Amino acid sequence: MNLVVEDLVQRFPVRATATRPAGMATVLDRLALATGEISTLVLVGPSGGGKSTLLRILAGLDVPTSGRVSFDGVPLPTEEEPLRCYRRTVGTVFQAYNLFPHLTAMENLLLPLVHVHGLSESAARERVSGPLERFQLAEHAHKRPAELSGGQKQRIAILRALVVQPRRLFLDEPTSALDPEMRAEVLDMIREVRAEGGQFVLVTHEMAFARRTADEIAFVADGRVVVIAPAAEFFHQPADPRVRAFLQLTLAS
Amino acid sequence: MPRWLAHVVVFILFAAAVAVAFARVDYEWNWEGVWEYRQKFLQGWLVTVALSLAALVSSMIVGALAAVMLRSGNTLLEAAARVYVEVIRGTPLLVQLLIGFYVVATAIGLENRYVAGVLLLSLFSGAYMAEIFRGGLAAIPKTQIDSGRAIGLTPWQSLRLVVLPQAVRLVLPAVAGQLVSLVKDSSLLSVIAISEFTLNAQEVNSFTYSTLESYLPLAAGYLLLTLPLSGLARWLEHRFRYEAG
Repeated sequence: MNLVVEDLVQRFPVRATATRPAGMATVLDRLALATGEISTLVLVGPSGGGKSTLLRILAGLDVPTSGRVSFDGVPLPTEEEPLRCYRRTVGTVFQAYNLFPHLTAMENLLLPLVHVHGLSESAARERVSGPLERFQLAEHAHKRPAELSGGQKQRIAILRALVVQPRRLFLDEPTSALDPEMRAEVLDMIREVRAEGGQFVLVTHEMAFARRTADEIAFVADGRVVVIAPAAEFFHQPADPRVRAFLQLTLAS
Repeated sequence: MPRWLAHVVVFILFAAAVAVAFARVDYEWNWEGVWEYRQKFLQGWLVTVALSLAALVSSMIVGALAAVMLRSGNTLLEAAARVYVEVIRGTPLLVQLLIGFYVVATAIGLENRYVAGVLLLSLFSGAYMAEIFRGGLAAIPKTQIDSGRAIGLTPWQSLRLVVLPQAVRLVLPAVAGQLVSLVKDSSLLSVIAISEFTLNAQEVNSFTYSTLESYLPLAAGYLLLTLPLSGLARWLEHRFRYEAG
């Protein structure tokens, strides 16, 4: 994919607090970035810097206040109807609570296939059975989310996004809410899917993972892209002091 | 000791206490006089069942409508629903029935007191239902809506496949509880001369001068309706407890 973002601004109305009056918060401030022809873009940066906001716009979930986004030269729509069609061609996984708690894992997987993509129930079951086996989730298919571990829930969520055969996957801190051992199983799964040629845009705090899987890394802070660089270059002697400070902090921990 | 047995034991102890109280006041029972009016009790009970069922269905429709208005985001609709809910919940049903029937229903030419009674009862219970439904909808986290949008659901699909199935599970116990109240509240329809269970018991009392013999069957008749409903409420609460994850 080739992603170009120009002049992206996102403002939200905010309520008054003790320290500031009500008004508009600028989360993305004329953000711009352009990638090469890559398969995985990783967004990193401090909390509140705007990376999740950027990801939501790229995934077609939010419409920016102003600015332009295009994938492979095709601009992202701004009307809800075409945006919904766009969302059906991509997959998005959030930090947590992706699954619908009243449905079993299997029903969660079938729902988009049957109700959004028009497959028959049997065709949908056939579509998901292979991937369920492959990621050792078949034995959990009949369980509801409350009976699954955090890692299993995230893997089912990723699978639900994958089985509709999306053009690319957007992952917003998919492992941040997990225990360390569960992180590994989710990251392994992402790595495996990526090895097969999937496209990813991913927000993460897992620096080691970012280093191994990213083609390019964008450092987002204060609503802008401070640096965008190939992974190796990004970690090797970063010029910007904010990036340096951030890397020292995260790599030390 | 099994739970049902505990319930039975407590009930017997309670009944015994009441029996002792009766023995001390030397009450003279006159069951024969009341027994002659058994048909009247049955009729009244059936009318109460019918009224409650009708009001049950329409109060849920009224409640659902008001809940949607409360969450519509439209200032006017929200204000209208909010005023409705607060006025109804803040005033006695007795007053609502008297004004609603003798003033409003008369003014609009609605003469059938049974229809008017069901409508007024539905408006009353609907206000409580509206708050229950509104709470149920508000309890569905925004992340669920987001997940629905992320997989490409339309707003209508999201409501039908994601929000409502979860909200219904959440509100069922409270709705069942509200229905218990509805059945008992229907007894107030006697003030607009609807021949339901309570009015008929009052009439039997005035014919026989046997107050307790008229009202004890009344209590039993309402329990016959409300106990299964509370049982249902508890069962539903237990049944849908898995939701948390």
